[in-house]
Amino acid sequence: MKQFAAFVKKEFRHILRDHWTMIILLVLPILMVILFGYGISTEVKNTRFAVLDPSRDVVTQGIVNKLATSEYFILGDYLTSESQIEQCFTHSNYGLVLVFGNRFGEQIMDPDGVQIQLIADGSDPNTASILTTYASSLISLYAKELSKEDEKALLISPQVKLLFNPSMKNSFNTVPGIMGVIIILICALMTSVSLTREKEHGTMEVLLVSPMRPFLIIFSKMIPYFCISLVNLSTILLLSHYMLGVPIVGSFGLVVLISLIYIFVSLALGLFISTVAEKQIVALLISGAGLMLPVVYLSGMMFPLESMPVALQWFANIIPAKWFIIAMRNVMIKGLGITSVLREIIILVGMGSLIVFASIKRFKIRLE
Amino acid sequence: MTSIGTDKTTQQIGKVIWAENLCKKFGAFTAVDHISFEIEKGEIFGFLGANGAGKTTAMRMLTGLSKPTSGKGVVAGFDINTQSEQIKKNIGYMSQKFALYEDLKVWENIRLYAGIYGVPKKEIAPRTDDLLHRLGFEKEKDTLVKSLPLGWKQKLAFSVAIFHEPKIVFLDEPTGGVDPAARRNFWEMIYQAADRGITVFVTTHYMDEAEYCNRVSIMVDGRIDALDTPKNLKDQFNASTMDEVFHHLARKSTRNAD
Repeated sequence: MKQFAAFVKKEFRHILRDHWTMIILLVLPILMVILFGYGISTEVKNTRFAVLDPSRDVVTQGIVNKLATSEYFILGDYLTSESQIEQCFTHSNYGLVLVFGNRFGEQIMDPDGVQIQLIADGSDPNTASILTTYASSLISLYAKELSKEDEKALLISPQVKLLFNPSMKNSFNTVPGIMGVIIILICALMTSVSLTREKEHGTMEVLLVSPMRPFLIIFSKMIPYFCISLVNLSTILLLSHYMLGVPIVGSFGLVVLISLIYIFVSLALGLFISTVAEKQIVALLISGAGLMLPVVYLSGMMFPLESMPVALQWFANIIPAKWFIIAMRNVMIKGLGITSVLREIIILVGMGSLIVFASIKRFKIRLE
Repeated sequence: MTSIGTDKTTQQIGKVIWAENLCKKFGAFTAVDHISFEIEKGEIFGFLGANGAGKTTAMRMLTGLSKPTSGKGVVAGFDINTQSEQIKKNIGYMSQKFALYEDLKVWENIRLYAGIYGVPKKEIAPRTDDLLHRLGFEKEKDTLVKSLPLGWKQKLAFSVAIFHEPKIVFLDEPTGGVDPAARRNFWEMIYQAADRGITVFVTTHYMDEAEYCNRVSIMVDGRIDALDTPKNLKDQFNASTMDEVFHHLARKSTRNAD
């Protein structure tokens, strides 16, 4: 145990002495939360919207006016055909298109109500979701006012359609994504680089000849990075909660449990990389290109998986971050219980164990 | 060639390292081909050979890092086939890269290895001071290793390797890249260690260093082709320097150096 303590102490010294890396590791998560966070919560004001209105009656005019007089929207052109809708997004800078049906004003008297379509540009899911939410609430406000006049409940249900991104991505979803990236960065990348550094400098050789058990060498390498990930986990959660107002709807304990499991998988990945790579630069490339990029692009953090080619969607299944993000979204934002994330937890634990098993096997082979 | 007695137990007395027909195969390739030798306590044993001759593999077997494919060996009184953990506690090792941690201070490096080798906590501080005093490094106690000159690092690495008073210290090309004056200095430290009863097992590329050894073995293609005192070897091969002896033997190699 004394051996182990001496070695863990040494690992902390390495990290604490490397000021820049230390600062990057602790500040990067904060920067990311702020960057992504404010990217998300930007107030949407003065967005131009277009209207496709075959009815042209009092009611449609009223709705259009309601939007146009609000601080959020500015009325642009009236469209003449559906084929123009896509061009609104591709060639002019419209944020929203309002589509009414025929004889809108008459249908509003129907007991089932009438539908209105809101089309937004889903390639920017955050803005799109904010715009459609604003517009929807303005429309229902108008419907209420109208109902008062007529003393009869009128129903206008906005149908939201996102072009280019069929699934609505909630703005809060980015926070689990940031955690996914940061933890991979610290646990997988830093651990693998630190282990390969020992190989490169020849100190690993000396350690292997020493009575220190290989298992302990690896284990004590992980401890400092494990601690740093915990620090980052708390900064990310605190910042996103108090600064961005992201709710933690579900159980806090469950959020921590899922994060710990994900940290375990990431550490295992770092370990595996270090059994493959002989040089720090190789470890850096493997974890950078092989882990970070897939995590950013294929985990559903930034780009919705649903709109990707099927092959990539399949590939995304082997990326731990994907399951972590799903689980975190379910618990943190949707407030679901453990049963709803059981599948994700099992998959993550399975992945972690498999990687640990493979690394130990590889490590032994290398020793021979 | 040394003779290997039939009675193991009598052979082992006074022998710190004892190997009989050690063999290591990787697939069809025989890296170490039936080598046998014995080394006595306090001896400085030079382990020579061209790159790829099998030196490293042989040393890995002796230090408990890899198991022989066949053959027997005893290091510091423990069987290399079954007791590698005990062997590791009783040997010291210094690699060709002076494997100290550059971003740790001098005393931190000493403390780390002392901890790894289980030196009792009470002894670490006085022994550290004593060591720094002997090396003349008192002022460098808090210096980061990276700012020490190469020759100093090497001295420190050697001192760290024998800090726990091992029975044997394995030195893997310890003087690579160091100037001749520093090398001579370093060999003085080796002699001091040997005088204290620590057996020194050293591999080297420098043939002048081979002359400093009590006995020298020369490996060619996985076999030990010569083993004797430097003087006897020179007589045997009718050479004036160890360099000539080495080239005479290495010429027979059929393996490509890697």
